[in-house]
Amino acid sequence: MSRLAATFEALSKAGRKALIPFITTGDPNPEFTLPLMHAMVEAGVDIIELGIPFSDPMADGPVIQRASERALAHKMSLRRVLALATEFRKTNQHTPLVLMGYVNPIEIFGYESFADAAKLADVDGILTVDLPPEEASEYGSLLKARAIDPIFLLAPNSTDDRIKKMDVLGSGYLYYVSLKGVTGAGHLNIADVEAKLQHIRANTQLPVAIGFGVKDAAMSKTIADIGDGVVVGSALISKIEANLDDLDTAKRDIIALLAAMRQAMDA
Amino acid sequence: MRVTKVNTMTEKYNMPDERGHFGVYGGIFVAETLIPPIQELNEAYQRYLKDPEFIAELSADLKNYVGRPSPLYHAERWSRHLGGAQVYLKREDLNHTGAHKVNNTVGQALLAKRMGKTRIIAETGAGQHGVATATVAARLGLECVVYMGSVDVARQALNVYRMKLLGATVVSVESGSKTLKDALNEALRDWVTNVDNTFYIIGTVAGPHPYPAMVRDFQTVIGHEAKQQCLEATGRLPDALVACVGGGSNAIGLFHPFIDDTSVAMYGVEAAGDGIETGRHSAPLSAGKPGVLHGNRTYLMSDENGEIIETHSISAGLDYPGVGPEHAWLKDSGRANYVSITDIEAMAGFHALTKMEGIIPALESSHALAYTMKLAPTMKKDDIIIVNLSGRGDKDMHTIAQREGIEL
Repeated sequence: MSRLAATFEALSKAGRKALIPFITTGDPNPEFTLPLMHAMVEAGVDIIELGIPFSDPMADGPVIQRASERALAHKMSLRRVLALATEFRKTNQHTPLVLMGYVNPIEIFGYESFADAAKLADVDGILTVDLPPEEASEYGSLLKARAIDPIFLLAPNSTDDRIKKMDVLGSGYLYYVSLKGVTGAGHLNIADVEAKLQHIRANTQLPVAIGFGVKDAAMSKTIADIGDGVVVGSALISKIEANLDDLDTAKRDIIALLAAMRQAMDA
Repeated sequence: MRVTKVNTMTEKYNMPDERGHFGVYGGIFVAETLIPPIQELNEAYQRYLKDPEFIAELSADLKNYVGRPSPLYHAERWSRHLGGAQVYLKREDLNHTGAHKVNNTVGQALLAKRMGKTRIIAETGAGQHGVATATVAARLGLECVVYMGSVDVARQALNVYRMKLLGATVVSVESGSKTLKDALNEALRDWVTNVDNTFYIIGTVAGPHPYPAMVRDFQTVIGHEAKQQCLEATGRLPDALVACVGGGSNAIGLFHPFIDDTSVAMYGVEAAGDGIETGRHSAPLSAGKPGVLHGNRTYLMSDENGEIIETHSISAGLDYPGVGPEHAWLKDSGRANYVSITDIEAMAGFHALTKMEGIIPALESSHALAYTMKLAPTMKKDDIIIVNLSGRGDKDMHTIAQREGIEL
């Protein structure tokens, strides 16, 4: 069983939901990320999504776009993201790591070489935003053959047929994009999310993490009651952006928000 | 065992496959939220391009609104001067709005209307596609938002003003390199947010399927007319076709109807900017490698980490790091040749046509003209070249004057 499956199973037994922070690797500089990852684990997160910076992040809102730009200014790259994952594993063997990014860096790396390198780095899942199932079957097999979970997105307008397709191709969990829009948008409609989750549950047994638009502890609690996991990204990265000249405060604010979310979700 | 390279070229050409692949190129590489609207668009495109009523309405609009057919003009004086092949210009610059772009926007706007969409979005580089989109949106009374990189907003101020007069909202994009690719990113973000009522009119033969095939189908009117006109004027097919390639819509529009006519050579001309060797160019087919961007696999300019490289060209319309997937396929198959022309050479092409024929070409088209100046002298006097004069140069007056140290 993969670390992701085991994590969701253990949480389910304990009646808890996964707290999943997303951070862009190397934002605002490469030295900031690793200590932040360890601190997030101490604050009670269950899975970490590490963003692979990309020059053209088409599905991301302005907050994550700027995070990518800051990281790329420090020459962050897919290779260095993998190196950082390797470094993290030296002292943490239990927290699942999911890499999330766009397909071109992986295409240029080479799909098979990348799958090998991700395995070597002991990464647990890969979410490739602009690689829908139509184009992902070979790549998905490469990952699964190495016990890495290919994670797919579901959207508010995904049909039942597509949910079934993701159920077959995906593993680990499915990431439900809770609104039509880019990351960090602010118009999450809880009733819509609840209604859609019923459709998703009817078509897959995979855990469903919900993201896009989760900003505070209260919302994380509401979302946790609907899904199996809560993804928070832009809200964390905003803390970095607000404190670029004082990164200790940035880190402290991120940890405080995650701790508050953890507490609200477990209450 | 079939040798695909040879056989696909001797059989009748029918790319792409039903999932939008031109060999390994093309496809659908977008986030999940865009899959349903792309499927909806594909169904509408498949249905209406076979619908006699739609075809009749499109044909009438192309004739009465765009002003087609555009002439095929024999540039006799320039041909004599070049001392080789006879050069014919396909006068897309004479279309309403001044470029070939309107052939496609008229078509996509009719689709939008039939699909019940009330809001149109577009990306633009030089502003020609933005103007062509704002034009058809005004005519149909649809809301229109055009995304344009802030660098392009500055160098194409005239077109920005035209779009605003036509009632469009022009959004200046400040992210990334602030040019066409960033405008495309921003348009995709808009589309993902407003999928229910919005139709995205992509201006070139790139993007997720069905865009490369659909935009091509709307642009092939160029090549169909040119073939007919050439046969009428000379009694035979041309020997060579020349067109500039940014995304590649005017080139594929001219080339496509000739793909099975293997005696006709095809030259796509990319922007070499300051020179391929400087790295400051926009020539992915000449100096890039395959990758994935903006919904399709194609030749791209990206670095060793897969990040997209900033491009350069004097011509905003060619300043793009990718190219339509069908061109990638035509390159690999050997059916078309891709060459490049620097900013300096393009300026020479611009002046040559202006002085010799009294036609002021767009900087994009000037790349095709500059390559023609190299090609024509190597050919016989009874050989025929058709050059796609894809747009007129009015929009470029400021850029050219500034480059030549003249204050307007």
